[in-house]
Amino acid sequence: MSDTLHAPSISACPACVAAPAALERAGSAPQGDARIVMSVPGAHCAACISAIERDLEAMPGVQSARLNLTLKRVSVQAEADVDAPALADRLKRLGYEAFELDPGTLSMTETDRQGRDLLMRLGVAGFSMMNIMLLSVAVWSGATDATRDLFHLISAAIALPTVAFSGQPFFKSAFASLRAGRLGMDVPISLAILLASAISVYETFQSGHHAYFDAAVMLTFFLLAGRYLDFRTRAAARSAAQELAALEVPRAIRLVAGDGAAHEETVSVADLKPGERVLVRPGGRIPVDGVIESGTSELDRSILTGETMPAFAGPDTVVTAGAVNLTGPLVVRVTAAGRDSSLHRMADLVAVAESARNRYTTLAERASRGYSPAVHLLALGAFLVWLWISGGDARLAINIAAATLIITCPCALGLAVPAVVTAASGKLFRAGMLIKDGTALERLAEVDTVVFDKTGTLTLGTPEPTNLDQFDVQALSVAAAMAAGSSHPLARALAGATQRAGVIPAILDDVSEVPGHGVQACWRGLRVRLGRANWVGAAPLDVTAAYLAIGDSPARPVTFADRLRPGAEDAVRIFQAQGKAVWLISGDVPGAVRVLAERLGIDRWRAEALPEDKADAIQSMQAEGRRVLMVGDGLNDTVALAAAHVSISPASALDAARVASDIVLLGTDLAPIARAQSIAVTSVRRIRENFAVSFGYNVVAVPIALLGFATPLWAALAMSLSSITVALNALRLK
Amino acid sequence: MDVLAILIPISLVLGLLGLAGFYWTLKKGMYDDPEGDSRRILRGDYDDNPKQ
Repeated sequence: MSDTLHAPSISACPACVAAPAALERAGSAPQGDARIVMSVPGAHCAACISAIERDLEAMPGVQSARLNLTLKRVSVQAEADVDAPALADRLKRLGYEAFELDPGTLSMTETDRQGRDLLMRLGVAGFSMMNIMLLSVAVWSGATDATRDLFHLISAAIALPTVAFSGQPFFKSAFASLRAGRLGMDVPISLAILLASAISVYETFQSGHHAYFDAAVMLTFFLLAGRYLDFRTRAAARSAAQELAALEVPRAIRLVAGDGAAHEETVSVADLKPGERVLVRPGGRIPVDGVIESGTSELDRSILTGETMPAFAGPDTVVTAGAVNLTGPLVVRVTAAGRDSSLHRMADLVAVAESARNRYTTLAERASRGYSPAVHLLALGAFLVWLWISGGDARLAINIAAATLIITCPCALGLAVPAVVTAASGKLFRAGMLIKDGTALERLAEVDTVVFDKTGTLTLGTPEPTNLDQFDVQALSVAAAMAAGSSHPLARALAGATQRAGVIPAILDDVSEVPGHGVQACWRGLRVRLGRANWVGAAPLDVTAAYLAIGDSPARPVTFADRLRPGAEDAVRIFQAQGKAVWLISGDVPGAVRVLAERLGIDRWRAEALPEDKADAIQSMQAEGRRVLMVGDGLNDTVALAAAHVSISPASALDAARVASDIVLLGTDLAPIARAQSIAVTSVRRIRENFAVSFGYNVVAVPIALLGFATPLWAALAMSLSSITVALNALRLK
Repeated sequence: MDVLAILIPISLVLGLLGLAGFYWTLKKGMYDDPEGDSRRILRGDYDDNPKQ
């Protein structure tokens, strides 16, 4: 956008003159205000509302902030130069973790509109149900002749428009499933509603005794309630999948050979071709697969392979997309970009692994598969048998068939699953987990094996020095001073730890960073170096370490361990106590993996696993009949996440990993995972109980309907009782 | 039974009034943040930027 010319405009305010410059700086589309939506999972109280809104509104450039406590998200109206990371920082200082959501305004308003539409239909059905009930009570208690006919007529006047308006979602879906040649749950529902309405109109005009207007509207109301709950869960799932915004921008700096010096231009990764050269600055992510042409540095490949130790990179080193360049600028010659890159091949593997999981059939699907044909056969049978018994009285036979359809109609069945899933996902949401997939809860309940990734999942991916107490004060002060001069993650960790320990940095001369190797300096005339083992002349250990050499004395290692994610120990312990097999599969070196496995008490672990190895391990476990829960965050976990029976990734994970997983864990704490699993088990038990309850009602009510004793009063009683039982049973989850 | 001619329309009108009220709350977005609204009303400080 910055390369388009802004036409000079006449503006009323002097500040607007500066606007083009501000636009240039922001490098974004020329829009005045921006709406930024962030998820704040930690917000829970009235004080949170005040604290968050007041703090954000005090921030320069922010016009207004509003926290929605139900959805736990804050929407901020701000000038274009305020960006999401700055807001997240500010919220973090307040003590709330925040993640940017892609406002995707279009899709969000669309979801809102659909939700309101359903709610409106539900409201109309509720209004009609109450009024018709009022009239029906008079009929049930014995109104006769003209009064009864009048009441039936008024009921018809209310019920028919209601059915036409509120029943639309069922009719549409039934029509769609009939066209696809299937018998969904909505076919018997629509048939029952339409048949009941039609037969009641006919009976009304014949001054018959029974009209089923109340049943038809009540059916619509209860089923719409189930549909609305279902919609809300799905909407939350969809937004979780779509709204977590991309972490990185797919851009690269291309070097174009010009006359004299090469000049840089920023291009989209998709436009790069093999043979071109890109510049990767320190701190940047390598956008392509390629070979280093010039420059030395170190690469952090933890997100790709799970290695915590940064790897050396110099000319002719082969690099893959996704690694982070740490210390020096690199020029990379592209060997594969876009569709051919290793990232894209990974995406293909994920797609293959996912297709296997999509074949999962839910409890509700299995129930409705048996239910729909049975109901139709039952009603048809009742019609034929009564036609034969009564000697051709079609009116009586249709009445009984309609009563059978209404009474067997899945009021409770339609509520059984949505009510439980809504209660359960609300509970999980409060525990900081977003369920992206509707069937994830059922799959989570079946899990008997848990596979953890190491770096970034069980650990935070931030190293901490472990053996500082073995160094004397002087060595520490030298190390602190040298570490302060580098932006390498190990150096930063060392600088932070020494600062916290109160070490006063020594005064050094000639501090210089040698990209890819370490830092060197002069201290009291001695040469001091802090860096990789072979550079300072030490034997490398098999744990993450930086080596400190002072003068000619032998180099000593400063070892680092990754910090455990809070709740990791709890999660592992709870899973083990539940009798589940817990595995640790990592791409890191055996030493580091073994240390962590011992620390957490995991006796089954594998190290140096490639992405394919992880997926293979999971697939072979599943081939043995195990149901695997995969918890991971890295690019190397995506295939495994997609292959597993159900998968969870933390919100800090890469997009690819979050997209591939079923549940996203907001917040840093890992402990909710174990709780989520027990919530899933309970909710599946509730779903089964609900099915049993509605089946039980049918066992009692269907013979009554088949024998021709069913009256509208009976239908109303059976329907409301079973629906209320089922809804209450679902609420027990809380 | 003549009273029915008055009572039934009255009950229907009352019901429709309720329905209209429901429609109004729905349009006003009063179901967007039930939890937050229930807390906001008990806060001491004034809501400077009420939701539009």
